[in-house]
Parts: sequence; structure tokens; C-alpha cells
Amino acid sequence: MPDHASGHALSPHRQLQFESYEQQQEAATFGMWAFLITEVLFFGGLFAAYTIYRLKYPAAFQKGSLTLDLYLGGFNTAVLIGSSLTMALAVHAAQTSRQKALVIFLAATLLLGSVFLGVKVIEYGDKFHHHHVPGPDFRWRASDRGPAQLYFSLYFAMTGMHALHMVVGVVVLAVLIVMALRRRFGADYFTPIENFGLYWHFVDIVWIFLFPLLYLIGRHG
Amino acid sequence: MSGHIVSRKVYFAIFLSLMVLTAATVAAAFVNLGALNVLVALTIAVAKATLVALYFMNLRYSERLTWVMVAAGVTWLGLLIGLTLSDILTRSWIAGALG
Repeated sequence: MPDHASGHALSPHRQLQFESYEQQQEAATFGMWAFLITEVLFFGGLFAAYTIYRLKYPAAFQKGSLTLDLYLGGFNTAVLIGSSLTMALAVHAAQTSRQKALVIFLAATLLLGSVFLGVKVIEYGDKFHHHHVPGPDFRWRASDRGPAQLYFSLYFAMTGMHALHMVVGVVVLAVLIVMALRRRFGADYFTPIENFGLYWHFVDIVWIFLFPLLYLIGRHG
Repeated sequence: MSGHIVSRKVYFAIFLSLMVLTAATVAAAFVNLGALNVLVALTIAVAKATLVALYFMNLRYSERLTWVMVAAGVTWLGLLIGLTLSDILTRSWIAGALG
């Protein structure tokens, strides 16, 4: 067996196909990033559609954007950034084998993620209430009814797909909390925590682009 | 990232930077900069995304191979948006040329 500098070479968590635990960790990180890149291109298609129609119907997109609640959107942005912080701190707690802190930070991330989804439910409810949902029931005072429906279709598709990722994230967080309570993670093994952190931060990045593109156009004048 | 532990101070500093940039993007949206508005918004969003990727996602301390993966992703996203724009934005030129 090749001699590796890593002290983890004989780690009980090392799978047979890896020469060292360090190599296994690198493979796990690399694999997670590969998955996230497919996610980038998946959301990329939605952003490309958004780009085309915003260029084609700038006025309708501005009017549509102005119907969104900037306070709720801004609040949710802060909540999501906060949840990224607690997730980063959870990874740190796992790396330093602080079991209690790990559970607390995972639970805080789950709580903030749930708050985000709760606000999203309020926002969606508001859209239904005002008949701003594309379809036969759509109500729009201005003449550009079709382009406005395009804006709201993209709003629901993009934020809906983002929210779906959040729901998946919250479910995985619940599983990770149970595993953490059973002391499955520590400095010698925290791959699931680290990889989930990558996923959660990626979902945060998607929102970082969604917020200005959906909520902040046409706010001036 | 294996092995490298980022200090918690760094995480708090990144969090604060992200909040400040969020406030900046909201403030900038209320100023009429014409066509520059979208450019400012996207520049701030890219800066925020870069901070999240480099520090929260530990990209800065990751393997070169991971960097290659990220570069490939950014390149393909650029092709997706860039080639789409090169079509959409130039259609009127051709329509004009054909009279």
C-alpha cells in the first residue's frame, strides 16, 4: 500500500477503492461540485429564457417586478444569507468535533430555511389573491397582458424551482440533524455535512441572482 | 478542501460583506442609471456569488481539479447565455439588411 503523508490513510471511514482518506475526501468534494455544475446549467436555461423575454418586453417586466413585495424579498435574502452563515458554522463545528454546536447550527439552518419557505408561501398567496398567476384567471390592467404573463411565468418557474431545492435541502437537513444527534460526524468524518453545505450555498447563490433580477427592476422612476 | 479549516471570523466577515452588498444592490436599484442599472445589479450579484463560492464553499482552499470543474461550468453558462444573446440581439440587424 502506498505510503501517504495523510495521517488519515488508515481511517476506518476510508472506502477500499481509495488509496487514502484524503483522496476519498477530494473525490467527494469533486463529485459534489460536478453535480452542482449540472445544476448551474439547469438554472442557466431558466436565466437564458428570462434574458430573452426581458430584452423583448422590458416594460412588462418592470411592471411585473413592481408588483412584488420588496420588503419580503429583501427579508428573505437576508434570511438565506444568514442560513448560509449558520451552515458554514455547522461545517466548522463538524470539523472541530463540537457535537452540540453542530446540532445547533444545523437546526438554525433548518429554521432559517423554513422561514424563507414560509415567506415564499405568503408571497405566492398574495400573487393568487391579486390574480397575478398566469392563466385564464390572470388580471392585468395594462395592455401588455401577454408579456406580463411571461414575466409571472418566469417568476413562478424560477422561484418555484429554487423553493423546490430549498424543500429538498430542509428534508436532508432533518436527516443530517438525526445523524448528528447520533454522533455520526466529527473531525475524522464530516463528508455529508460538507457536501450538503456546498449544496445549500449553491441554492443561496441562485437566490443572489434571482433577487435583483426579479424584485429590483424598474424600482427607479 | 480536505484538511483546511476556515476560521469562524472569516465566515462572519463574509456574512457582513454579503449583507452590505445586498443593501447596496437595493439602494442602487432606486437610482436611475439607465442601461447601467442591470449592469450594476449583475456586478454586485457576481461579487456576492464569488464570495459565497470562495469562502462559504471553501473553493479558495480546494483542489485545482475542483477549480477546473468550476471554470468549465462558468464557461458553459457563458456559452449558453452569450450565444443566445448573440442571436437575439442581432436578429434586427439581419431583418434590417433584408429590408
